[in-house]
Amino acid sequence: MNDSLLKRHITIYSEQLRSRRLWNIFIILIFAVSFFMSSSIIDFNLSQIIDGFPRLSDYIVKILPNLDINLILENSKTEGSIQYWYFNFKKYAALLYETFNMAVLATLMGFIFALILSFLSAKNITPNIYSYHLVKRILEFLRGVPEIIFAILFVWALGVGPLAGIIAITIHTTGALGKLFSEVHENADLKTCEAIRSHGGNWVSEMRYGIIPKVLPNIISYALLRFEINIRASTVIGFVGAGGIGQELYLVINFNYYEEVSAIILLIILTVITIDISSGRIRQKIIGEMGV
Amino acid sequence: MASLEINSLVKKFSETTAINDISIRILDGEMVGIIGKSGAGKSTLMRLINRLIEPTSGSIAYNGIEITSLKGKNLKQWRSKCAMIFQQFNLIDRLDVLTNVLSGTLGINFKLLKLLKIYSKKEKIEALTYLNNLDLSDKALQRVGTLSGGQQQRVAIARAMMQNPSILLADEPISSLDPKNSKVVMDDIKKINKKDGIMVICNLHSLEIAKEYCDRLIGLSDGKIVFDGHPSSLTKELAEQLYDLENE
Repeated sequence: MNDSLLKRHITIYSEQLRSRRLWNIFIILIFAVSFFMSSSIIDFNLSQIIDGFPRLSDYIVKILPNLDINLILENSKTEGSIQYWYFNFKKYAALLYETFNMAVLATLMGFIFALILSFLSAKNITPNIYSYHLVKRILEFLRGVPEIIFAILFVWALGVGPLAGIIAITIHTTGALGKLFSEVHENADLKTCEAIRSHGGNWVSEMRYGIIPKVLPNIISYALLRFEINIRASTVIGFVGAGGIGQELYLVINFNYYEEVSAIILLIILTVITIDISSGRIRQKIIGEMGV
Repeated sequence: MASLEINSLVKKFSETTAINDISIRILDGEMVGIIGKSGAGKSTLMRLINRLIEPTSGSIAYNGIEITSLKGKNLKQWRSKCAMIFQQFNLIDRLDVLTNVLSGTLGINFKLLKLLKIYSKKEKIEALTYLNNLDLSDKALQRVGTLSGGQQQRVAIARAMMQNPSILLADEPISSLDPKNSKVVMDDIKKINKKDGIMVICNLHSLEIAKEYCDRLIGLSDGKIVFDGHPSSLTKELAEQLYDLENE
């Protein structure tokens, strides 16, 4: 390479470097401006956080159980034992079971609705462009409205209890999974669909045999992720009277039954961990063995 | 005698003309090889016959029935009548062999139960018979993804036979197979042609194989027919021109 060519390369390179650097500075500026604008809108200030921090730890200390290491295994009458802390365990377990069932039902129903709608809202396989736009808008609405709003609505209409919560979570799950599923379909290879069409198969057959076997592993993992989310959602949704352990948690928080708050939260965390571990196993099993 | 008649068929894709004014008459029981280099329009012609794509103009008729204007149920009936096998097999990898073969009946006899993989006993026996003819009956419950390429293509042939076809369209059936499997697959296709008298139209990029198996060759170049006749009448010069190569 001769000298003049080398020089030209160096000039071009440094010019590119300079423009890239300018661009980076520009982006950082935009971030800084939007950060300060949004923090002034929400009255964000550091001192408030620092002031509030001790109060936060106060609350955590308050809800911690008063366990005595010497009495820990004593019966429920003795203060300081685990049984005393969890004197209401049977009730919690029943409510947790109810919460779990709410999540199972809502996830299953949401899964079915989402699967049906997702075929209509995937651009590459939708039977026509109108149904594509229509279903896409419907899914946006279903997941755009927070589930707590739907829950308030259904508690008002159907009364206090888990049914309202199940319907609310089902609606939100349909919207969320429908979008994810249709995006999975959009990435699917259409070769098998072409084969089914060449046999004279109809649209339903194409979806059933051309798409479902191919996308199933992805769909299952999205559905299991959604199930974990729904466990938490069905807890929170109890706050507005839609059943499950959340309703009880709301009660003990309001009545300042501090030790019961930590007892319930610990149970919820343990449940979520258990589900997280087992859902990974379930997914592996389904993907490895099941041909649907 | 029943025949497939194609008249001044044209297919344009926005800029390019893939099929440029083609007219052919193919009789029942013929085994026709379509040859030409890639991009000559071979696959497009197959897809036009099956109506997977719509022609720009011209007509395709089978037994005097116009194919290009078929709609709805009639179109599906036509598609199931002309079975198709593909270069990449286009099977459902994650399902077992038997279900793949049974999926060939979705066009002729659609039932909601079939979406739950429930097929009649008669159809299952039929599917197993076709698999047995192709020496694959022991693989019936194996997942398709675990089979070799040659086995997969024969599963695809069994699936095509489930359609009780009058025409078998084979789109590069052996180009992803090794020589030994190629021979097995071509022998099977030939057998279907001779024994069951089904019209076979086969895209092939290998001239040797086309000459060996077909009674009639049609040479395509830039969407036009440049040769139509018995393999023996294809001159060396014309063959070289067809493939743009000295030694194919």
